[in-house]
Amino acid sequence: MSHKRFLAWLLPALVTLAVAGTAMAADLATLVGNLAAGGYSERDAAITALAASGEARAAPVLEALSAGELYVRTADKVVVIARGSGKQLSLVDAVTGKEAGSASEDALDRIKVNNRLRGTIDAAMGALTLMNPDPKVRRAAAQSLFTRRDASSLEPLDKAIAGEKDAAIKRAMTEARAAIVLGTDAPAARKIEAIDTVRARGDRDALGVLLAAAASANAEVKAAAATAAESVRQRLDAWQAAQNVWYGISLGSVLLLAAIGLAITFGTMGVINMAHGEMVMLGAYTTFVVQQTLRSVAPQLNELSVIVALPIAFLVSGAVGVVIERTIIRFLYGRALDTLLATWGLSLVLQQAVRTIFGPTNREVSSPSWMSGSFLVGQIEVTYGRLWIVVFALLVFAALLLVLRRTPLGLYMRAVTQNRPMASAMGIRTPRVDALTFGLGSGIAGLAGVALSQIDNVSPNLGQGYIIDSFMVVVFGGVGNLFGTLLGATALGIVNKFLEPYAGAVLGKILVLVFIILFIQRRPRGLFAQKGRSVE
Amino acid sequence: MKLGSIIRSGLVAAGLVASATTGAFAQSGETIKVGILHSLSGTMAISETTLKDVMLMLIDQQNKKGGLLGKKLEAVVVDPASNWPLFAEKARELLQKDKVAAVFGCWTSVSRKSVLPVFEELNGILFYPVQYEGQESQRNVFYTGAAPNQQAIPAVDYLMSKDGGEVKRWVLAGTDYVYPRTTNKILEAYLLQKGVAKEDIMINYTPFGHSDWQSIVADIKKFGSAGKKTAVVSTINGDANVPFYKELGNQGIKAKDIPVVAFSVGEEELAGIDTKPLVGHLAAWNYFQSVKNPANEAFIKEWQAFTKNPKRVTNDPMEAHVIGFNMWIEAVKKAGTTDPNKVIDAIVGVKVPNLTGGMSEMLPNHHITKPVLIGEIEANGQFDVVWKTPGLVPGAAWSPILEDSKNLKADWTSALNCGNYDTVAKKCIGSGK
Amino acid sequence: MMTRFLWTGMGRNLRLFVLLVLTVGIAVPLLNVLMPQGSPLYVPSYVLQLMGKYLCYASLALAVDLVWGFCGILSLGHAAFFGLGGYCMGMYLMRQIGTRGVYGNPVLPDFMVFLNYKELPWFWYGFDQFWFAAAMVVLVPSLLALALGWFAFRSRVTGVYLSIITQAMTFALLLAFFRNDMGFGGNNGLTDFKDILGYSVQADATRAVLCFASALALALFLVISGAVVGSRFGKALTAVRDAESRMRFLGYRVEGFKLFVFVLSAAMAGIAGALYVPQVGIINPSEFAPGNSIEAVLWVAVGGRGTLVGPVIGAFLVNFAKTWLTGALPEVWLFALGALFIVVTLLLPKGIVGLWAQIKSRNLARKAVSA
Repeated sequence: MSHKRFLAWLLPALVTLAVAGTAMAADLATLVGNLAAGGYSERDAAITALAASGEARAAPVLEALSAGELYVRTADKVVVIARGSGKQLSLVDAVTGKEAGSASEDALDRIKVNNRLRGTIDAAMGALTLMNPDPKVRRAAAQSLFTRRDASSLEPLDKAIAGEKDAAIKRAMTEARAAIVLGTDAPAARKIEAIDTVRARGDRDALGVLLAAAASANAEVKAAAATAAESVRQRLDAWQAAQNVWYGISLGSVLLLAAIGLAITFGTMGVINMAHGEMVMLGAYTTFVVQQTLRSVAPQLNELSVIVALPIAFLVSGAVGVVIERTIIRFLYGRALDTLLATWGLSLVLQQAVRTIFGPTNREVSSPSWMSGSFLVGQIEVTYGRLWIVVFALLVFAALLLVLRRTPLGLYMRAVTQNRPMASAMGIRTPRVDALTFGLGSGIAGLAGVALSQIDNVSPNLGQGYIIDSFMVVVFGGVGNLFGTLLGATALGIVNKFLEPYAGAVLGKILVLVFIILFIQRRPRGLFAQKGRSVE
Repeated sequence: MKLGSIIRSGLVAAGLVASATTGAFAQSGETIKVGILHSLSGTMAISETTLKDVMLMLIDQQNKKGGLLGKKLEAVVVDPASNWPLFAEKARELLQKDKVAAVFGCWTSVSRKSVLPVFEELNGILFYPVQYEGQESQRNVFYTGAAPNQQAIPAVDYLMSKDGGEVKRWVLAGTDYVYPRTTNKILEAYLLQKGVAKEDIMINYTPFGHSDWQSIVADIKKFGSAGKKTAVVSTINGDANVPFYKELGNQGIKAKDIPVVAFSVGEEELAGIDTKPLVGHLAAWNYFQSVKNPANEAFIKEWQAFTKNPKRVTNDPMEAHVIGFNMWIEAVKKAGTTDPNKVIDAIVGVKVPNLTGGMSEMLPNHHITKPVLIGEIEANGQFDVVWKTPGLVPGAAWSPILEDSKNLKADWTSALNCGNYDTVAKKCIGSGK
Repeated sequence: MMTRFLWTGMGRNLRLFVLLVLTVGIAVPLLNVLMPQGSPLYVPSYVLQLMGKYLCYASLALAVDLVWGFCGILSLGHAAFFGLGGYCMGMYLMRQIGTRGVYGNPVLPDFMVFLNYKELPWFWYGFDQFWFAAAMVVLVPSLLALALGWFAFRSRVTGVYLSIITQAMTFALLLAFFRNDMGFGGNNGLTDFKDILGYSVQADATRAVLCFASALALALFLVISGAVVGSRFGKALTAVRDAESRMRFLGYRVEGFKLFVFVLSAAMAGIAGALYVPQVGIINPSEFAPGNSIEAVLWVAVGGRGTLVGPVIGAFLVNFAKTWLTGALPEVWLFALGALFIVVTLLLPKGIVGLWAQIKSRNLARKAVSA
């Protein structure tokens, strides 16, 4: 501990004091102007000063700063808020809030923020927006104060709590106040009361606050915080098992999506389709193309691009599947192992084709806002993206079941796969049914590609990552049985997620593979074996 | 009659072969061949194809400037297909069959390890452009990417500073291979030295291409809720990054709460991700496309013109190839020949401008001097430089922080001529020459 | 007597082919070592090394064909046996480095020093002795094949199911060997070899001997396979391939037949892997990648399954094409390779050897007609 480090601590503190002192007298223009001057430490002080000024313009200016929209116009050094896309940005004078024409990005100098400043802005904004008429904003403000725990926001918090009508938001604010109190040198009694409030909250953030408080010097507070932390931890651990089940279901739904098309082409037609992964990849690339097209043609539909992509991806992959069946697979019926070789060659060709057309690098597929973020069920964190994928997988499964059981096409498919000569004799055009069945399987793989584009790389290697897992799922579940595939995917997903915390991701996966190998010895035809003579 | 025709056709064939070989000789007399050994297919094509294009552009430019030693440069491109034994085979082919003067190539550690013996045996020259784990110095290899002290250590220093958020608790997450293992080992030793407690460090390894990050991101969140400022140091490799960042965004881990600093995520990787949820996460490199500098702006313009894509990004390994190529050109000019022994001797001490406004120098340990920049991810997929080292940092072949290597030194100038010289025992250990 | 059994087991064509393999295996190394560099007959070192590599691949292909072409077991995991044999040899070669590693540790390989190993893991013991490593090269793959085959064949896991579990096996090994904690060097694998039996692996003479050894091994495998296939046992095997249930009803213990061939084939693949490693200079987990096993199956398909000559031709052809195309057409070679696989499967179900036989029989038929 040298005096150098002490100075490093002292200097910003002095600057803060100095700036805060002058800020009283200075007008808004100086306050805003200060944001543009100096290094990060000076800017940090300027933000605090601006927030403390109580000016109405403080909130929009800070918001713009946080979003990276606050600029200095190079020509006249005026601080402006610049918004819009393209070459010309429209400007608003930061101090007056009036329109200030437009300028190209080259004529502007952005005021930079880093993580530390974003944190400071958050705390400042929290205090500024506690009284906002929008309840969502108030709740967010309470939350950001809870995470920042800045002693200076105690005063506005007290005021806000007094005026708050909404019980839930009031509680959030009280929790924030409690968390802040724990970080100050308040009397022990008040701290212990605060510990109880935080403990009642009971989530990960609360645990963090309690653990920090457990390092307190006061023995009484220390003990209370430690017990509270322990009880929160125990509760969270109990939720952990439920959380793992959810992760397992979510992984299982991904496996299901990847495997279900294969359950058709491999399970019912007997084609060992090594190019199945590439059909998934085609679906993902279709999503990319659809999104790019929509972005330029109809930007307002961007949020729905994933939905628009679904039928197109189905048709693209399905059509490619039909072409493959007509040109390659149909010559290989009855030679199951030969289909493996030909489709392997095909997968190489498809991968290289995509690499040639789209380039070898990843392509960006953005997630719509309704698929981003997460929410809590109890203490289980559920991300929207994963939730929609689970729902989607089940929908695809149900739809497929309907097609197979309730439509003429499904009837023909079952007839052809069960007894080809007989079906043919009954007047079913078997070649057509073969092509459609293979197309259906491939089309579903394309649907899976749309879903996977939301959670994985859209790259030429996308399919390879799933092909082996897909085969394991189908074989484990029992070839030719869709319910087997559903159960197999879910079971493997959950087992994997329960093993992962103990064995690690790699060893967990190895154990699952060994388990499948052993399982096949016990039940050589999978979970749900097809019965009857058609097997041999 | 029949015999006659056979003899005649034989003579014609011999003539053809002879003319073909003399033709080949005449050609090789006019050009200097440069080998490009980057995967164009398989799992690594995603990163390496770009580097092949950069090399083609550099060679093209050099030829427009009049070539080298009065001869034209000729690129020899091969595809080692992300297959490690094939890397060794192709390296041998380049050196023995095509007789290239230098090779620019490799990305993964294992591909470099695979070709090392070949370059040693056939006395070739390899320029390796990727940040790597260090703990190596070989006479025939020039490491133009960052060693751990040029990337990892400064990044951690930054996070410990006030501007970086005074991080107290560390997650070292990486893909399970040698580069993350080494980097994390060095970082762990460094953090312990800095007084970080052992329980405040969490180390996690995942397989290549790991795509289901739910549990691990939840673990990171859990680890981060211990009441101390937490950061993630990520050495997660290529393909696994996109799902990792997507999961981070979805589980709501914001950069201002738990920042992630990555050593393998550059502009190319970000081009495949929607970066809006990731604003503020960090990366440490020696070059960013966003660096304002005339040399860099010219390079970006040329690159986008060459690839006919006005949105094409540049990245750190590309800059490493630019530096390596220019150093080689200078060294060949200095030596007046492409003879490997002379070039290896001549290149040490050569200084060429890098694209961030400094002069990088080839050091006797075959690493180079580079600046270290820390950038925050921006919404447009670029990095905003928030911190940089005051000067250039010399690359260290051997980490002074690790017990095994703290006494080792690499120096390929005639005085020592050894890649792993033990300064205590005063001898060149192992196989170092 | 044994030699007579082996010799008569082979047809004339096979005998000629074995001689051809041996001739190549002797001529190529000799031309490399004895001829001066400028001579038109000189074989450059990289050709010598390629030849050695191809010979090892050919042995692997033959091993695959023995179980697939003659017994109907499509193994999608033979590269695992190849890789395990390679790792056993790699461990021996690592131990031979001694103090010449970068850290100069006399016992521990570099990667162990680096990963903080204080002593050698137990499973590395003995690998400093060549005889022990050589035994392990055969034993480790054989035992794995025995264990897997024992369970699988007894439970009557057949066809696609068997293919998938062999694939699961090689995939599990791939993941396991990637783990640095396993003690096999993780993703970087074993590399930087110096000596084999005291001779430098980088010397041309050593390479020549290794290339010859690979040819010798291939010849030996051809002879053994020919004997197995040509014997009464071989007839029974083919019968198992074509009608397993009938053989079972006739009272044959089908499992025994299958197990024997599977283990024999795994041992052959292991030896091929062991010869491969010192020639390419690296063994790493990517050898276990499922794609590698599938590719080996494709060599067999291209050459002609169910023949002994076919896999050798297929392995040489496909690998030569790969070597040539990755240099000559680096951007589009995958199209060519993929198309080759599709075309061969569709149009040449019996492979190149089958095509040749077809042409020959057609010629015979035409002669018969004209006569």
